[in-house]
Amino acid sequence: MTIREKMIEARPAPGLSIGPLAWLRANLFSGPVNSVFTLLGLYLLYVLLTPTIQWAFINADWIGTSRDDCSREGACWVFVNARLTQFIYGLYPRDELWRVNLVFASFAVLIAWLAIPRLPFKRWIAVVTLLVFPVVAYVLLYGGYFGLRLVETHRWGGLMLTLILAVVGMVAALPIGILLALGRRSEMPIVKSFSVVFIEFWRGVPLITILFMASVMLPLFLPTGVSVDRLVRALIGITLFQSAYMAEVIRGGLQAIPRGQEEAAAALGMGYWQRMGLIVLPQALKMMIPGIVNTFISLFKDTTLVMIIGLFDLLGIVQAALSDSRWLGFALEGYVFAAFMFWIFCFSMSRYSQYLEKKLHTGHKK
Amino acid sequence: MLKNNNLLLLASAGALAFTASSFAQASTLDDTRDRGAVQCGVSDGLPGFSAPDDEGEWQGLDVDVCRAVAAAVFGDAEAVRYVSLNAVERFTALQSGEADVLSRNTTWTTTRDTTLGLNFTGVTFYDGIGFMIHSEMGIESAKELDGAAICVQSGTTTELNVADYFRANDMAFDPIVFDTSEQTVGGYEAGRCDVLTSDTSQLAALRIQLADPDDSMILPEIISKEPLGPVVRQGDDQWFNIVKWSLFAMLNAEEMGITSDNVDEMLDSEDPDIARLLGQDGNYGEGMGLSADWAYQIIKQVGNYGESFERNVGMGSPLEIERGINALWTEGGIQYAPPIR
Repeated sequence: MTIREKMIEARPAPGLSIGPLAWLRANLFSGPVNSVFTLLGLYLLYVLLTPTIQWAFINADWIGTSRDDCSREGACWVFVNARLTQFIYGLYPRDELWRVNLVFASFAVLIAWLAIPRLPFKRWIAVVTLLVFPVVAYVLLYGGYFGLRLVETHRWGGLMLTLILAVVGMVAALPIGILLALGRRSEMPIVKSFSVVFIEFWRGVPLITILFMASVMLPLFLPTGVSVDRLVRALIGITLFQSAYMAEVIRGGLQAIPRGQEEAAAALGMGYWQRMGLIVLPQALKMMIPGIVNTFISLFKDTTLVMIIGLFDLLGIVQAALSDSRWLGFALEGYVFAAFMFWIFCFSMSRYSQYLEKKLHTGHKK
Repeated sequence: MLKNNNLLLLASAGALAFTASSFAQASTLDDTRDRGAVQCGVSDGLPGFSAPDDEGEWQGLDVDVCRAVAAAVFGDAEAVRYVSLNAVERFTALQSGEADVLSRNTTWTTTRDTTLGLNFTGVTFYDGIGFMIHSEMGIESAKELDGAAICVQSGTTTELNVADYFRANDMAFDPIVFDTSEQTVGGYEAGRCDVLTSDTSQLAALRIQLADPDDSMILPEIISKEPLGPVVRQGDDQWFNIVKWSLFAMLNAEEMGITSDNVDEMLDSEDPDIARLLGQDGNYGEGMGLSADWAYQIIKQVGNYGESFERNVGMGSPLEIERGINALWTEGGIQYAPPIR
């Protein structure tokens, strides 16, 4: 029997069980079939990515002001560059852009304030965001007061219009959706049937049909002399449509809350709105975050449909730019740019929702 | 929480501004004056006819009609409120008063003119089916196309019109039919046919998008009738006259050789026709409720028809469409305006 006086020196793990090589082996080359698939995948990536990168970066033209600056060997980002202001602000007068910038910037600050957990006065900022900001934004964007030049909505467009449609749609659809969801679960027959009919009607009609009705039929029904701004028509259409979807998402959340929660609240002497507002909804909404964000993202992308009623959202203004005879034939660049912008916004929304879920996580997550 | 949401609903409702504008039961002109701008329905994007330029200003042949009307009414060609319309909603927008003039590559047909409560005021562009060929074919007229392979989009009136044309001229052709416009162009580029056919204005836009535009040319013949022109609501003859004569003024100006550059010198012209047009002799704007210099303002700010044509769709533009039948009647075309007297 031997007694070791010293501990055996710790030896490094076998070369192939740690480090990048081991990772490669475990995840990419763990058997002949997987190895073949890995190589096939790499080959496909090579075949697809090389021309894309060549087109988008290496052979691309970046600097210039007209189509003559494009070599046409790769992408011509000159087009996007020359039109960037228009893609963002639409046909908004160039010397009034500061108004849009101011609205964008203050909105970003307010949202950031609400989103960053450590900052104080959340309640006040929320009130400002929901009550004061819309009025200020409206006055700034539309003008007509305080010596601001009137900028009619037909000059609004681009990313600005997309954001307006999406934000107003989201902000308005959520509370209406909550009310409809509660209404549908209510025991009062009138409230219940109204909610059911509303939800089923708006959910059963395609958004494009609603927009078309709002744009083509509605003006014919209105008395002569009355016309509703087409942006407002689109906003109302989108809000009604989205609130029906939102209602069903929220109803799903409400149904997942055990009945005992509400009964316990009732036993404490809480009234209906207290039970809902303090006990049921906070739990339900938290669970519904993925569903709600899903609806928001789809709403954000659905805003492109307003193109068919002649509003120039981001995609619409890109298409309008494509029909400028000085820039014919740059469709691919335009669409790639539009897709990229949409992706940025949808991806950020998705990341924020994941963060929110983590933060509010209290044991429901699996 | 719920309380907040209710407030939120109110707030967003407040942000949705209802703008009720009153218009015209009696006089479109008065309402236009009150508003301070002509409401003009244009296409949401058609190369050469209406599209926003890099600065976000609308440009095009159709847009120039809007600007001409604004110049006649206000003496300011920029006093236009553009309403971008797609093909479906254009007539509704005009009927409901959202637009007062529709200048949106609209073909003048009996049905549209007689059943929709609308009036066409003239023709800004005689469009129609034309042919684009590979330059190397070395022919100069559609009459020489006997036996050609022709790329055409299926299910369009183009297909029928082309067949009629070839039969009428006792020629044979080989139709290569595609489903979409892109496929048709693709087929032409790939050399599957010698000829691509579509409306002339479209052909010009398609040509620029070819890999090498200089290899293709558009033949001068137009074989079908697609007269495009501005439209107004029926029932307001004064407004109808204003829009109609705004276009006539541009045509007459070209015929008399008045351009935006020389219009100021022409004010002193001895020619009685010119003096009448420019308001130096008599007041021809009065009958329309306009000032005597209505035509002068149009020519000064928008230019004559020829200038507008060249700038937007003609040789001075990337589209390079030949004047063809859109030339003045004095130069072999069919553009003709009644005299001002």
